[in-house]
Amino acid sequence: MKKTGAEIFVECLKEERVKVIFGIPGGVVLKLFDVLHQQKDVEVVLTRHEQGAAHMAEGYAKATGKAGVVLVTSGPGMTNIVTGLADAYMDSIPLVAFTGQVSTNLIGNDAFQEADNVGISRPCTKHNVLVKDVNDLARTIKEAFYIATTGRPGPVLVDIPKDVTTDKAEFKYPEKVNLRGYNPTYEGNKHQIKQAADEIMKAQKPVIYVGGGALFSDAADEILELAEITQIPVNMTLMGLGSFPGTHPLSMGMLGMHGSYCSNMAMHHADLLIAVGARFDDRVTGKLSDFCPEARVIHIDIDPTSIKKNVLAHIPIVGDVKAVLRQMNVLLRSMDGNQKDLKERRRPWRNQIEEWKRAHPLRYHQDDKITKPQYVIDKLFEITKHEGIVATDVGQHQMWAAQYFKGTRPRTFITSGGLGTMGFGLPAALGAQKAYPDRLVMCITSEGSFQMNLQELATAAGHKLPVKIVLLNNGFHGMVRQWQDLFYEGRYASSHLGKIPDFVKLADAYGIYGLRALKPAEVEPVLREGFKHKGPVLMDFHVDPFENCYPMIPAGGAQHEMVLEDPPELRRTQRSGAAKKKAEEGEGVLPA
Amino acid sequence: MERIISVLVENKFGVLARVAGLFSARGYNIESLSVAPTLDPTTSMITIVTGGDERVIEQIMKQLNKVVEVLKVVDMTETSYLDRETALIKVHTRPDHRDEAIRIADIFRAKIVDSSPATYTIEVTGDVDKVEALINMLKPLGIKELIRTGRIAIPREAKLPSRREQQTAKA
Repeated sequence: MKKTGAEIFVECLKEERVKVIFGIPGGVVLKLFDVLHQQKDVEVVLTRHEQGAAHMAEGYAKATGKAGVVLVTSGPGMTNIVTGLADAYMDSIPLVAFTGQVSTNLIGNDAFQEADNVGISRPCTKHNVLVKDVNDLARTIKEAFYIATTGRPGPVLVDIPKDVTTDKAEFKYPEKVNLRGYNPTYEGNKHQIKQAADEIMKAQKPVIYVGGGALFSDAADEILELAEITQIPVNMTLMGLGSFPGTHPLSMGMLGMHGSYCSNMAMHHADLLIAVGARFDDRVTGKLSDFCPEARVIHIDIDPTSIKKNVLAHIPIVGDVKAVLRQMNVLLRSMDGNQKDLKERRRPWRNQIEEWKRAHPLRYHQDDKITKPQYVIDKLFEITKHEGIVATDVGQHQMWAAQYFKGTRPRTFITSGGLGTMGFGLPAALGAQKAYPDRLVMCITSEGSFQMNLQELATAAGHKLPVKIVLLNNGFHGMVRQWQDLFYEGRYASSHLGKIPDFVKLADAYGIYGLRALKPAEVEPVLREGFKHKGPVLMDFHVDPFENCYPMIPAGGAQHEMVLEDPPELRRTQRSGAAKKKAEEGEGVLPA
Repeated sequence: MERIISVLVENKFGVLARVAGLFSARGYNIESLSVAPTLDPTTSMITIVTGGDERVIEQIMKQLNKVVEVLKVVDMTETSYLDRETALIKVHTRPDHRDEAIRIADIFRAKIVDSSPATYTIEVTGDVDKVEALINMLKPLGIKELIRTGRIAIPREAKLPSRREQQTAKA
């Protein structure tokens, strides 16, 4: 029996075992929503903005490893998800976005709510397709899920014209895909792996550098094994957090612009770098000409374009991180007859790293007058014992969250790394919560980022998603202000937010429990009270508006040139109150 | 150094846009471009002439390979190959220049394919040097209009030193 395109669409989702999709209906996708409405297998989460839908799907995908699915209408529906697509593309998040399109006979006529969806999304998707014939629909959807989730994952967009949703065809879900131009390499080259293992055994000062690819490859166990058998310290990129236990003695935490001092020093002095599913982003490398000057580089990545893009790899290994590390670990074990000897040999290097750790640990000074943002995050992790899933927005709070995050499980730190999308946090947290209704999901955000997608509070309330929102309210686009302090002589051009809503009342308006902590002493009670509550909670912490995020590699600086605290002249201006006064002119930094 | 890259792709709409987009998005210029179906009508060959250092070319090749509809990418410079382009050149021909135009066309084994009282249209096929040389010869006569196809290239069957090796040898 023949089925309509809309029925085929839903059957395909079922075949792909999609449990939930995020989206908003509109003219050309009414038929799709109508069929979805009449079944129970696939749940639709109605968001308040399409950008929210895209980020929710990202959060869902990051937390589960499965493809997140979005369904939006043509024109503005599609253009509103572009930020989400670009974000997913940068951070290699598997996403399948279905967009409505005007009927095939109207395409190109400037029809109502028409946009060139495929053209607009081309540079920010791994692949995209306009389905012009209902007979191609099932195959295209099968391919979309396959492409999104295999190789280096990424977003795929499927554009479905209205008439394709109503046209009829025989439904047969293809058993396999046949894409002659798409064959990701999974197994690494044996010879290269052997060479890498030899280098690892020889190295005196090796470092393992783990990126987000390790998480998508589910390689946390293999990385732990590699680190333990070789006694090599590990640092992680922002996207790699969670791939190695932050509490492990071999962990150096995050590296890069706001990474730990010991991480960056270790990179700078290393003689061997083992890059695992990482892409040598500029926020990691700093000044390229000064990056790891003494190190030989082993680079394991499934995407050949990541290798030798920014940094020369002496031993490139194209393949799936998990598969490659498995082989490598077996090899290393067979080579390493004497674990004790290796431990002994690596001791001076380990000692050096411990010394760096002790010399400049993360620190802040909390007095009893004004709450330091780091204190809130510290307390938050203390109370939750580093359990649960954390989603963040973008800016200072994101870096503090990353610095103090010591999670032990993969897929528990969800953040927008490559694109740096403010407004990502709340919807991403909601997506993760939708995937795991019973787990603790937190959103660490700030007043600046939060206001970019706060409409999704309605989605949280409507779907009873008990996300705990920890909002660090400093009245500024904090990271912008920090750079203005450091590099623009304290001229706060458009970084002071001025009028800020009363977030407790705002939460209340959405039917969400709101709490506020004005003083340091109130931080812990508010957190405890908030985390006790069953439903979604918004906790508004008023924090020091002038706290800066350190350590920091200034843009264009090298890894060993970390700035560890405010330069003295900056502290002087702040002490004089000139900067403060400037910020407080007019509408004030903080409500009384 | 100039490179000729042959890209075998699925013969579908949007593929050329994706391939071209890879260049424009990264600020790489395309010097010339030619696209046509191959013997197998489901595939097309895109021939791209571009420039850039080793690293830029390596990135371009990898990025091209990553496109789902791209089946094969060959850097022709790494082989020994034949390349050709065709140009149609419309030259002004004052009465005292008409013979000269014919002579020049003959020397380059070009053909006069259209004529009007005041112009000839000359068709020439060859490698870039030849086409450029002909254009230079015709310039003094006054070129009214010029159109070039962009280059196509095919590897030689017999094994010869690659273009790159030839160039290095010269240097």
